[in-house]
Amino acid sequence: MPETGAAGRATPLLSVERLTMRFGGLAAIDDLSMDVPANRITAVIGPNGAGKTTFFNCLTGFYKPTAGSVRLNHPERGALRLESLPSHEVASLARVVRTFQNIRLFSKMTVLENLVVAQHNVLQRASRFSLAGLLGLPSYRRAEARALDKAADWLRRLGLLDKADVPAGGLPYGTQRRVEIARALCVDPLLLCLDEPAAGLNPRESGELNELLLRLVEEARLTLLLIEHDMSVVMNVSDHICVLNYGRKIAEGTPEEIRNDPQVIKAYLGEEDAGDTFWTVLTGTRS
Amino acid sequence: MPPFVAAGDAPTWAERGRDAAGIALIALLLGIPMIGLTTVDQGGALRVLTRWPLLAAFVAAVFCGRLLLRHALDLLKRRRRGRPGAAAEDEESGRRGVRMIGWAGWLAFGAALVLPLVFSDNRYVVDTATTVLIYVMLGWGLNVVVGLAGLLDLGHAAFYAVGAYAYALLSTQFGWGFWAALPVAGLVAAVFGLALGWPCLRLRGDYLAIVTLGFGEIVRVALVNWTDFSGGPNGISSIPRPSFFGLPFAPSGDAPTFAASFGLEFSPMHRIIFLYYVILALSLLTNALVSRLRRLPAGRAWEAMREDEIACRALGMNVTNVKLSAFALGAMLGGLAGVFFAARQGFISPESFTFNESAIILSIVVLGGMGSQLGVVLASLVLVLIPEIGRDFSEYRMLLFGAAMILIMVWRPGGILSRREPTLRHAAAEGGHA
Repeated sequence: MPETGAAGRATPLLSVERLTMRFGGLAAIDDLSMDVPANRITAVIGPNGAGKTTFFNCLTGFYKPTAGSVRLNHPERGALRLESLPSHEVASLARVVRTFQNIRLFSKMTVLENLVVAQHNVLQRASRFSLAGLLGLPSYRRAEARALDKAADWLRRLGLLDKADVPAGGLPYGTQRRVEIARALCVDPLLLCLDEPAAGLNPRESGELNELLLRLVEEARLTLLLIEHDMSVVMNVSDHICVLNYGRKIAEGTPEEIRNDPQVIKAYLGEEDAGDTFWTVLTGTRS
Repeated sequence: MPPFVAAGDAPTWAERGRDAAGIALIALLLGIPMIGLTTVDQGGALRVLTRWPLLAAFVAAVFCGRLLLRHALDLLKRRRRGRPGAAAEDEESGRRGVRMIGWAGWLAFGAALVLPLVFSDNRYVVDTATTVLIYVMLGWGLNVVVGLAGLLDLGHAAFYAVGAYAYALLSTQFGWGFWAALPVAGLVAAVFGLALGWPCLRLRGDYLAIVTLGFGEIVRVALVNWTDFSGGPNGISSIPRPSFFGLPFAPSGDAPTFAASFGLEFSPMHRIIFLYYVILALSLLTNALVSRLRRLPAGRAWEAMREDEIACRALGMNVTNVKLSAFALGAMLGGLAGVFFAARQGFISPESFTFNESAIILSIVVLGGMGSQLGVVLASLVLVLIPEIGRDFSEYRMLLFGAAMILIMVWRPGGILSRREPTLRHAAAEGGHA
């Protein structure tokens, strides 16, 4: 039952059907169905504990969902069932790559090394499982040069080139977020899942993030799925928004529709602490 | 309570005096029973005598010592703080450090090459140097697992034992030569590495340490009890010594010997020196392999896994392969060192592969600085030479050893050489393609 909302024009890249994830008696995700249209930005929002990160963990193979399916329409490999793939194959085969809410960089390694590690599978194949690499064969050298080029290219596009040789752990928070995105981009994702990319960014930085996200969709033809609390990001860049509460989808639609959705308003006014602040930003008090 | 001076601005002499007096008071309290009173045996009965002058001298020495120490520390701190632009200098000094490490490496290499020629009639020196090199090789093997891949392995001596027993059995039971058995024993050890790695795939940190510790003990206990296979606690003796590519090191006999073929007078030192060069070659090969691998995708994957395993998975890396390859390579290098050990000793028994051995190898890696190749060399030197030098101190030997380890860890908490050198540089990337 694909959604045919305003964003349903394109064929969905990812279809989530009746996804359920239970931890004991708690249903962190409860019968969730949604589509992620190709070459669009889709946002998943909801108060703390709504099951957003669990949803990401199910998509990317870190959790095995209790029930339901996640189907990816891969342009070369056809339909892939993500829920049955191990996490590393979600990235390497299906090319669905994620970032983390609490940044997970290889902190002692330099930024450039981080981006080269992201190209591990390509390089490892080129190094013939280290044999060609140990002998320094030209085929491996060329592959390594290409990998460095790609890394340098993304660093340049994200304005990180001057940080290339700095250990990633020593960078400011906002820069680390950008490095993590650059690293994910080096995997050549079809679908990039960003878990709270604007968390901890100042208003100027989150403005830059908006531009970056829009540029990625336009220039690199990526599909983005993001979890975000910062409404200045969500409302400005998303084509499509899905609202979760207690693991259930309570609304879905364009930013405009979400702003005026009585279900969302009711749900969030019912919340006491998280809901209040959420409501104020949702209605545009801070934009 | 004695007013200890907080580490702030330079204290006045009065403050320093109060601080030293406080310490002296503690010394006095401790010193009354330990120095002030002493027992003497007088006609079969014990009598307590007092030594107040000695105690007074002790307390005075502590007082003055504390004053001097404080003064020296303050001077050091002031000098360190006085240096302008310390942060900006850091990068430059770091680069200089890397260059110096490079030079030190080549210097150590040169010294290692000429050492047996200089000390060609001193068996003790060459033997000790050979021991150092065995530990260097073991350290480099474990460095792959602990330093690069970040998997805490407390059972490395097991692989050392597997290599040693593999060679001992192949040579005594099947008549294999040293060079033929070397790669096979290495492979056997690698298989044991995989056997250890497989059940450990989901473990990290403390849990992994416990399992590897258990593995090391299993191998040792099996060797002790499986008498038919390994000779049990008696070990395996008369393991053939390596020959010089077919020429034995022996006084002239029927077959051509090394000394006769080269027109030299027979000397038992020939074999000692040859063994030294064999282990030098083996460890240089190890070093070349590990430092090269570190710059390849496989090595970077190990380091990335050490930093964050979950991020590795999210980037599409098969962490299972990364882990198993680290275990297998580390085990293989440990096994090769074991083969050499068996060939050098001519006799092995499970006693050589106790937990103590694993602990020393791990200390070498941690003390040297995780992941640093030259650090392993320095730490092996320290850990082998201190007990040797300490022989004059007889029963205080291990005390000295412990004190030295504590001092190193206080002085350099990250190990002797803790600076990590990047495997890639952006400047190289710009120049690397045309």
